[in-house]
Amino acid sequence: MVYCDIVIIGGGPAGLAAAISAKKNGIDSILILERDKELGGILNQCIHNGFGLHTFKEELTGPEYADRYIEQVKALGIDYKLNTMVMEISSEKIVTAMNRTEGLFEIQAKAVILAMGCRERPRGALNIPGYRPAGIYSAGTAQRLVNIEGYMPGREIVILGSGDIGLIMARRMTLEGAKVKVVAELMPYSGGLKRNIVQCLNDYDIPLKLSHTVVDIKGRERVEGVTIAEVDEKGKPIQGTEEFYPCDTLLLSVGLIPENELSRGMGVDINPVTSGPRVNESLETSIDGVFACGNVLHVHDLVDYVSEEAAAAGKNAADYVKGEILKKDIAGKNVECDAILKPASGVRYTVPEKIRVSHMEENLTVRFRVGSVYKNCCVRVDFDGKRVINKKRQIVAPGEMEEIMLTKDQLLQYPDLKTITVMIEEV
Amino acid sequence: MYDVIIIGAGVSGAATARELSRYKARVCVLEKEEDVCCGTSKANSAIVHAGYDAATGSLKAKLNVRGNERMPFLAKELDFAYKQSGSLVICRSVDELPDLQALYERGVANGVKNLCILNKEEVLEMEPNITDDVYAALYAPTAGIVCPFELNIALAENAYINGVEFKFDTEVKDINKLKSGSDECEGYELHTSKGVFKAKYVVNAAGVYADKFHNMVSKEKIRIIPRRGDYCLLDREAGGHVNRTIFSLPGKFGKGILVTPTVHGNLLLGPTAVEVEDKEGTNTTAWELSQVLEKAGMSVKNIPVKQVITSFAGLRAHEECDDFLIGEVEDSKGFIDCAGIESPGIASCPAIGEMVAGLIKDKMGLEEKDDFIPTRKGITKPGALSIEERNALIRENPAYGNIICRCEMITEGEIIDAIRRPLGAKSLDGVKRRTRAGMGRCQSGFCAPRTMEILARECNKSMFDITKSGGDSKIVVGTNKDVL
Repeated sequence: MVYCDIVIIGGGPAGLAAAISAKKNGIDSILILERDKELGGILNQCIHNGFGLHTFKEELTGPEYADRYIEQVKALGIDYKLNTMVMEISSEKIVTAMNRTEGLFEIQAKAVILAMGCRERPRGALNIPGYRPAGIYSAGTAQRLVNIEGYMPGREIVILGSGDIGLIMARRMTLEGAKVKVVAELMPYSGGLKRNIVQCLNDYDIPLKLSHTVVDIKGRERVEGVTIAEVDEKGKPIQGTEEFYPCDTLLLSVGLIPENELSRGMGVDINPVTSGPRVNESLETSIDGVFACGNVLHVHDLVDYVSEEAAAAGKNAADYVKGEILKKDIAGKNVECDAILKPASGVRYTVPEKIRVSHMEENLTVRFRVGSVYKNCCVRVDFDGKRVINKKRQIVAPGEMEEIMLTKDQLLQYPDLKTITVMIEEV
Repeated sequence: MYDVIIIGAGVSGAATARELSRYKARVCVLEKEEDVCCGTSKANSAIVHAGYDAATGSLKAKLNVRGNERMPFLAKELDFAYKQSGSLVICRSVDELPDLQALYERGVANGVKNLCILNKEEVLEMEPNITDDVYAALYAPTAGIVCPFELNIALAENAYINGVEFKFDTEVKDINKLKSGSDECEGYELHTSKGVFKAKYVVNAAGVYADKFHNMVSKEKIRIIPRRGDYCLLDREAGGHVNRTIFSLPGKFGKGILVTPTVHGNLLLGPTAVEVEDKEGTNTTAWELSQVLEKAGMSVKNIPVKQVITSFAGLRAHEECDDFLIGEVEDSKGFIDCAGIESPGIASCPAIGEMVAGLIKDKMGLEEKDDFIPTRKGITKPGALSIEERNALIRENPAYGNIICRCEMITEGEIIDAIRRPLGAKSLDGVKRRTRAGMGRCQSGFCAPRTMEILARECNKSMFDITKSGGDSKIVVGTNKDVL
């Protein structure tokens, strides 16, 4: 058995930032396990720009953004293994991994950082009826084929779902010579960033049909066309609104699911709303010393926030290994100040879900998503029913992650604080 | 001139080929698709029924019970996934009890062993997720589940290594009788998309197309009406929701919507039953998929329907006589029908193979081979090995240390084996049916491009020639900017 202070599962943006932060906080024994043949994760196929505006104050492509972190990992001498699949993690933090050269091997970790990212929802998850020919791809699979391998998956494209990858791929396919006929979105609003709708659809005259879905797929061997229909408020297709689009390809951008099979296997509590682990202010899961960050925790829209969150997870894992968290546990023992964060009216979830004031830094970012589009509203935070924060917003939408900042001072003013409620108030 | 040509490489054709390969005979299987197991055999409930459904004395009843008995032995001989998990037919009120009792009695008359009727408490103890309004159930411990792909592939592989030829992408277009001077039929000439083939005997195991071929040679017409059934498959996380196959009391169109674990640990719901004209009409419809979920929910509660990972439809080859049609066609000597093989076709296929091969053996006076190989080794499944065994395997062949399909944890080694073995995979679906790569919760989103690369390398093909399932089902159509 090999021993290691911190094992990081995944070498994408979350794993890289977590590793760098843990190293900078004094831990030398760190190992990143990456299943792909290079570090960087999904950023490697995101060759468009728009990354790093918050972190580096400049516009980078995905591979460039990843490279900044990969260079640091290498400069800091952090160990990593590529082409290595983590097969299982035990609740005692024994990581079982496998690769071609070492076979199956076990590592006993003091702390584990979960940074496995997410995967795309497939056609089946939507139960789209019709035939099952070639030519139906998730947007990310098509992105890999085009951006990494240089292959065109099709010529005439219909896209279902207006998630960011779908929007980005609408532009990419157009630039590579395909005709994107329409983007259909089941919801009455887009699931992607506003800037992507402008830059990827509007700039190329690609129509976006809100409240529409695919109701039939034609073609036995290869897609020959899809039928799109308008849906009612319940998402049910409205008869008589069907419209047939001849095409050879259907791309799906219908949501991302955090990949938590390993987390579930080790017994980590999962929040059914995010499909990610439940975490406290330290981004620690229900198992001591197991932390989570990035898209495995909840799906982000900007990698900059992934890096920020992962850096916090890396520091907290380092503190755990150094025994700092234990000290805080002891210091906080007599203080009744564990607060539960509750999402209410309009807010779907919060990360974290629990705050131990004794373990809190001076500032804590709470991230959340809303369930619908709200205009001219307030993000309101109540401490045990008492309004504490009231932040006016022109618009909030499910496609854009929101955040609020809580300070330790604020919380200390409420010594018996039990519940922090985050909600949207329509004005 | 072949001794026997079998039309169709589904379970019936493959089982017949495998049984015939015991004898000294030149046998060839013609299949219009690129692989075995591409029609009804690939899209069904994969249930090894116990044998209480069909009318006593029918071929369906006889072959089902015999097939059910043979299946565990065959699974061992040919190394495919099979589990004798049992089944329950539930009824919801005392009024339905006589029907359940009748089913029990029919089962006993058909020769099904160990049947019993359980009361509500016994049922719920056995399967806590069965609907609370269950009144009683018929329990058949001999029922089972099987991997239909592996079953079909194993039969075909074993037939192949015992000398049976297989011609794929070979569609039979016309059949002529070969006649001698005395006007006696002396065999058949099959005109196909790949030329002309001749045989003394023809086995018509063409699934939904069996009527087409029968009607080419006989004045007594038959009619196969494809009955489409939609299914929903759930993630392996939902696989333990029930441990046995759960049926409702059968209705006019068959056994209704069942809820069953699959042999690989998924949960399967379906099928509906709709008669369709189109023999290739395997499209699902919104209405039927909604019916699957609704009706499955009537026999089993709290089904995690959000865990659906794919849906599909299959066509049952229903013949109007409502029984299997197996035997020599009266006005066409040497033409053996193996038609109307709908449910319980999977369960019956070991017995169907025996029956058809036996018939031909007797007619032709075939002799047994002394070098028949009765066993077949399936693709090594590293997941089932100990760490030591697995590491030994990886040392010997590092490809077994490289995971390609992340959802089902399938290695490059398994995929290479699937491609290189006899009658190996040629397409993504071929790899999927042999290894399960791409069958998991992401439905091949991650592994498809990687599996394509392995296929291209192993088959010495360009990426442009890699297909999902043969024919025109190409995955990529060009390179970036090639039309600009």
